Amino acid sequence: MPRLRLDVALTLLVLAALALAPLLGFGANHYLTLFARIMILAAAAVSLSFLVGGAGLASLGHAAAMGVGAYAVAILDAHRLTDITIVLPVAIVAAALFSLLTGAIAIRTEGVNFIMITLAFGQMAFFTASSLAPYGGDDGYTLYDRTEIFGLRLMENRLFFHYLCLGFLLFCWGFCAMLLASRFGRVLRAARENPLRVQAVGFAPYPFRLLAYVIAGTLAGLAGVLFANATEFVAPAYMGWQRSGELIFMVILGGLGRLSGAILGAVLFVLLETWLPNLTTHWKMIFGPLLILAVLFMRGGLIGFLGARRG
Amino acid sequence: MAEALLSVQGLRKHYGGLAVTNDVSLEVLPGEIHALIGPNGAGKTTLIHQITGTVAPDAGRVVFAGTDITRLSLPRRVQAGLARSFQITSIIAGFSVLENVALAAQAQSGSSFGFLRPAAGETVLNDAARNALNEVGLADRAMIIAGALSHGEKRALEIAIALATRPRLLLLDEPLAGAGPEETERLIALLRRLKSRYAILLVEHDMQAVFALADRISVLAEGRIIASGGTTEIRASDEVRAAYLGEEEIPC
Ligand SMILES: Nc1ncnc2c1ncn2[C@@H]1O[C@H](COP(=O)(O)OP(=O)(O)O)[C@@H](O)[C@H]1O
Ligand SMILES: [Mg+2]
Repeated sequence: MPRLRLDVALTLLVLAALALAPLLGFGANHYLTLFARIMILAAAAVSLSFLVGGAGLASLGHAAAMGVGAYAVAILDAHRLTDITIVLPVAIVAAALFSLLTGAIAIRTEGVNFIMITLAFGQMAFFTASSLAPYGGDDGYTLYDRTEIFGLRLMENRLFFHYLCLGFLLFCWGFCAMLLASRFGRVLRAARENPLRVQAVGFAPYPFRLLAYVIAGTLAGLAGVLFANATEFVAPAYMGWQRSGELIFMVILGGLGRLSGAILGAVLFVLLETWLPNLTTHWKMIFGPLLILAVLFMRGGLIGFLGARRG
Repeated sequence: MAEALLSVQGLRKHYGGLAVTNDVSLEVLPGEIHALIGPNGAGKTTLIHQITGTVAPDAGRVVFAGTDITRLSLPRRVQAGLARSFQITSIIAGFSVLENVALAAQAQSGSSFGFLRPAAGETVLNDAARNALNEVGLADRAMIIAGALSHGEKRALEIAIALATRPRLLLLDEPLAGAGPEETERLIALLRRLKSRYAILLVEHDMQAVFALADRISVLAEGRIIASGGTTEIRASDEVRAAYLGEEEIPC
């Protein structure tokens, strides 16, 4: 009980800070760009935490689903289709379908094989995107316009976009928490711990896992739509294994056992990745080992660390 | 004589050159305890695996309540009314005792593709779970994390989970294994209470328990049923004594 309060309280505090930041002197463009990156990656990390920590499906291809959403924006943009009434359904269907097709195969495997197959599907998506010459190929694609909302250019309003990202992050967190607490989530959590036991009470875990995979992929796809709008740019790197690895890192850094961990992990990750380059040009040589040490010495991530400190 | 609830017909399973199940046929009638005994490595657990569908037999049939279930998956068989406990305790250690049983109740109560309501708040499931926990004497442990139960309590929890699937037949693989003397007493009393309501196929090493509970005993040795009959018959059988020679004495 107290542990739950602490990590949720801390996460709510962070979200409140993000909500107030533009009003308290952090309204400059470079701040808002940073905040958007934090919130969108945090939302994707939450959907991955639902999959890994909740359903026990350690995907190393989660960025691919995010990239599918981003590329939906780019490809439609190239055909001058920028309204949300088209972009959103196309992005949702594309990300869901991609997750359904890859998940249907990946979920038949377990453990390391699952990790390798999701990684392979992610790289397949990466190379497919690289070969899309009309949409920038290797170089990526710069959007003509941000997505319009019923013909209105609301997303170009920096404050509107800020609160849209915050709202989406809150939605992802609440939605995934609701799912994990539901009947559906109970079967997922049980199958993560002991799949044989779950079968022995009469459930085949497969359809539950597949649906979880599709839901997580669809949420990542939506995060991809926001990411494309935030950067006004889409590139194959959005789908690559590095991005997938970063998302996994955020989840583990914050603490695998709780969705809030993904948010805290994403905040810490993006802040470090942003500030370390100011200290030294060799920041990656600090960043890598730092992350590894954090995982080794903070069992259970930030949340586990906080819990251990108290008790 | 009543129609058999479970009928195993000519089951065979080889692991390499080893015939682990060698033309095994047996029946369990409604309301009876059919005990399956035999030395270690005789093939008892492998037989249970084939009846529940975690191991596919090379030949033979498993018929449950008149339906051939040989090709059904484990979850399907459980839905049909077949429940098992495992020789090596299999619970969800990170769940509360109540949630372990509520999960089983959930499989029997509508769709589990429910997304909106918190499952922990569903009184229908919690009530069914509490009933099952009551039966096995674990009601006061409901809110504890299952991993923290004693070994004997975990065995009882496994039985509660099985009961919550609303089975017609219980397959219990050494439910007394590793339980202390007091816990054993309690578990035997529990099995006696369950006896009238469920058909039970009981694999057990504790001969005292077997002779106290069983209506019928089959003896498995090297994959083969070498004797089958009432308790007095089996007690007197020379073949059985031979199979157990050097294993343990059959108590008289
Ligand atoms: N998957 C397997 N592969 C090879 N041999 C196995 C396998 N499972 C069980 N066996 C062998 O089958 C025999 C019967 O095992 P088991 O059914 O566990 O016996 P029991 O439950 O009667 O002690 C043992 O000799 C065991 O080593
Ligand atoms: Mg055995």
